[in-house]
Amino acid sequence: MRGATHAQWAACAVAVALAATACGGGSDTGGEGAGIVSSSWGDPQNPLEPANTNEVQGGKVLDMLFRGLKRYDPKTGEALNMVAEKIETTDQQNFTITLKDGWKFSNDEPVTAQSFVDAWNYAADVRNKQNNAPFFADIVGYADVHPASGEPKAKTMSGLVVKDAKTFTVALDKKFSTWPDTLGYQAFSPLPKAFFTDHAGWLDKPVGNGPYTVGSYTKGTAMQLRAWEGYTGPDKAQNGGVDLKVYTDNNTAYTDLISGNLDLVDDVPAAQLKNVKNDLGSRYINQPALIIQTLTFPLYDPRWGKPGMEKVRQGISRAINRDEITRQIFQGTRSPAKDWTSSALGAKGGYADMCGELCTYDPAAAKALIEEGGGLPGGKMTITSNVDTGSHRVWMDAVCNSINNALGQGPVCTVNPVGTFADFRNQQSSYKLTGPFRSGWQGDYPLIQNFLQPLYFTGASSNYGKFSDPEFDKLIDEANSETDTAKAVATFQDAEKILAAQMPSIPLWYQNGSAGYSERLTDVELNQFSVPVYDRIKVG
Amino acid sequence: MGRYVIRRLLQMIPVFIGSTFLIFFMVYALGDPVAALFGDKAPDPATAARIRKDLYLDRPLWEQYLHYMGQIFQGDFGTAFNGQPVLDLMASAFPVTLRLTVVAIAIEVVVGITLGVVSGLRRGKAIDTTLLVLTLVVISVPTFVTGYVLQYVLGVKWGWIRPSVSPDAPWNELLLPGLVLALVSLAYVTRLSRTSIAENAKADYVRTAVAKGLPRRRVVSRHLLRNSLIPVVTFIGTDIGALMGGAIVTERIFNIHGVGYQLYQGILRNNSPTVVGFVTILVIVFLVANLLVDLLYAVLDPRIRYA
Repeated sequence: MRGATHAQWAACAVAVALAATACGGGSDTGGEGAGIVSSSWGDPQNPLEPANTNEVQGGKVLDMLFRGLKRYDPKTGEALNMVAEKIETTDQQNFTITLKDGWKFSNDEPVTAQSFVDAWNYAADVRNKQNNAPFFADIVGYADVHPASGEPKAKTMSGLVVKDAKTFTVALDKKFSTWPDTLGYQAFSPLPKAFFTDHAGWLDKPVGNGPYTVGSYTKGTAMQLRAWEGYTGPDKAQNGGVDLKVYTDNNTAYTDLISGNLDLVDDVPAAQLKNVKNDLGSRYINQPALIIQTLTFPLYDPRWGKPGMEKVRQGISRAINRDEITRQIFQGTRSPAKDWTSSALGAKGGYADMCGELCTYDPAAAKALIEEGGGLPGGKMTITSNVDTGSHRVWMDAVCNSINNALGQGPVCTVNPVGTFADFRNQQSSYKLTGPFRSGWQGDYPLIQNFLQPLYFTGASSNYGKFSDPEFDKLIDEANSETDTAKAVATFQDAEKILAAQMPSIPLWYQNGSAGYSERLTDVELNQFSVPVYDRIKVG
Repeated sequence: MGRYVIRRLLQMIPVFIGSTFLIFFMVYALGDPVAALFGDKAPDPATAARIRKDLYLDRPLWEQYLHYMGQIFQGDFGTAFNGQPVLDLMASAFPVTLRLTVVAIAIEVVVGITLGVVSGLRRGKAIDTTLLVLTLVVISVPTFVTGYVLQYVLGVKWGWIRPSVSPDAPWNELLLPGLVLALVSLAYVTRLSRTSIAENAKADYVRTAVAKGLPRRRVVSRHLLRNSLIPVVTFIGTDIGALMGGAIVTERIFNIHGVGYQLYQGILRNNSPTVVGFVTILVIVFLVANLLVDLLYAVLDPRIRYA
């Protein structure tokens, strides 16, 4: 019997080997194997609409299918004009946007001002249930299409006016000098008429204005993207196309990569980090992404929020040995945080060591600070996070050990693991947590504003700890109305100094993007969102 | 016989209602799924409220359950959060898992029973002891270990097979995952049939058959095996349901997009329509498999009659 099973395997192996050679190197799509990159993928959480996609897997596809008014340079993060010819303003509040000539959707429909205005009105309308609707909240008339409750009064926002085929104007409800730089975010992509007239058909085979078109799409399994011959933009695809394959286990994707069945993996599993140098050598990328992990304090709970407790919060920050945890647990795929933004912003973008010694491990100073502030509330603390992904359980234990060792009062810090992200998010957004909890933040665009305002402004959407400081709010408003970018960045950094003094959340580490690729590929790079820049990849 | 089947089918109704309600209740106890749709960002209250209303999540649990069951009886299993009807997900997932299960059951039956018969007939000999130790080893090693090890050795080291299964999941690519899935049950089948054979080998009717001068082959296959298979068939019957639902680990390792994949994805995202829908079908599979097993008893042992 054993012999027979062996024979079956052997036969199967031969069949597979034959099939593989017939396909020609790595790609199993048959026929047009040359120049096609096969890449790992995860099933997008929401339907693939630009304004409904807020995670990397869907974002990956949109990045190939769409080009917006601006696009972030994958290296510098600078927002460069793409479809936009120019974006002008005199008062930092009313903008006139002019489009370049010659942009088309892959169904030959021209990209006009109307394509943008329709897409943005659709995105903001609460009836369309788009996740990214709040990105349009700055536009005048947003409340009419997206009221906090009840039916919307209008279908369009009064702040968007089409002047002619190539021009439209945008009125914001307040000054926001860096608003044009947010337009590289995918939620601001233009949409063709087919999106509105045949919505179901569009979702089955999305049509955009980017360098790729969808060849075939089997939901939940695979998507084949092919280079679009008619693309006239500056970043034409350097390969024949990309085959995205859904993997449920990133270990399997990695195994497929090292056995030659896959070209590109953009999420190297933690368990394989030790082998990655051996397996891939220089074909492994590990670089900072726009992601920061913090421990946020429930300042709505007076035991943590009362005056004087900032000393305790700072003390806890000093009790965490970030260097050791990032090295031992994350094998260098996280780097110790030195501020509340991200090192991927670069010095010009506003990244600087704003936390200073408060983010430096010093057990003695930590103990002194905590005692000075009156000690931990009730003599103990609990750290909460979901533990279904991202090695959260492991680092939480490490952070608690680090704190316990620094204080030397036995196990005062304990861990509260929550099974699923959904459950954790519910506890977090109902303000029920009574101890510090994990907050992850992935930047939507490489702007310092995006790391501060949504998280720490009074009443901001993702201000889970309910931090509120009038001086901080004032500085943010000032920075937003500042015309000079360098000055605006400096003002944002001034606001960050208040975060250091108040420590509403402890910066832990910046998360890196990682990727591994096969010998067939060259010119593989990741952008700041840790997504491979597919159009630049060369095959063979 | 007909009346027995009808009685059994009627008994399934309360089991079906009870189990679906329990699943429904448990999935909802996991919490509100809508918040997780927004990733790191806080959910926009107006949008979240709309989604809840559309998914019927703003009603009390019993109302949601009635609404859901009403939909099911009209053949509508609802829509997963990524906009796909759950029926579509089932249409793509069940055939794949069914193929995997067939491969696993075939390996279990052929290899398991053969090994069981061999060791049962040579009780206490070297081969029996060896097989007992081997099955003990297989039972004690978890599926994910055998899965990853075999995948690495055969797929990466020796390059005999593709480490992952392609989306269409053809039969030949399912051989290794099927083996991994079958291994633990295979060990049980071996042990069950060994014990059963060893016991019955001493029974009077076997001695009679031998005394009649029947050839050994015929004694074993017609008399001994047929009587000894009843516990094994019971085990395999319940195992069909377990394999179809319990392939989560194996399907993850080999990237098979079957029932286990959909369930895993559904649980991770608190996607109640997917989870409840798939488990409901699995409950039916379990019930039907058990009924078939009971009917098979009568075929194997003519003394068993159903009225």
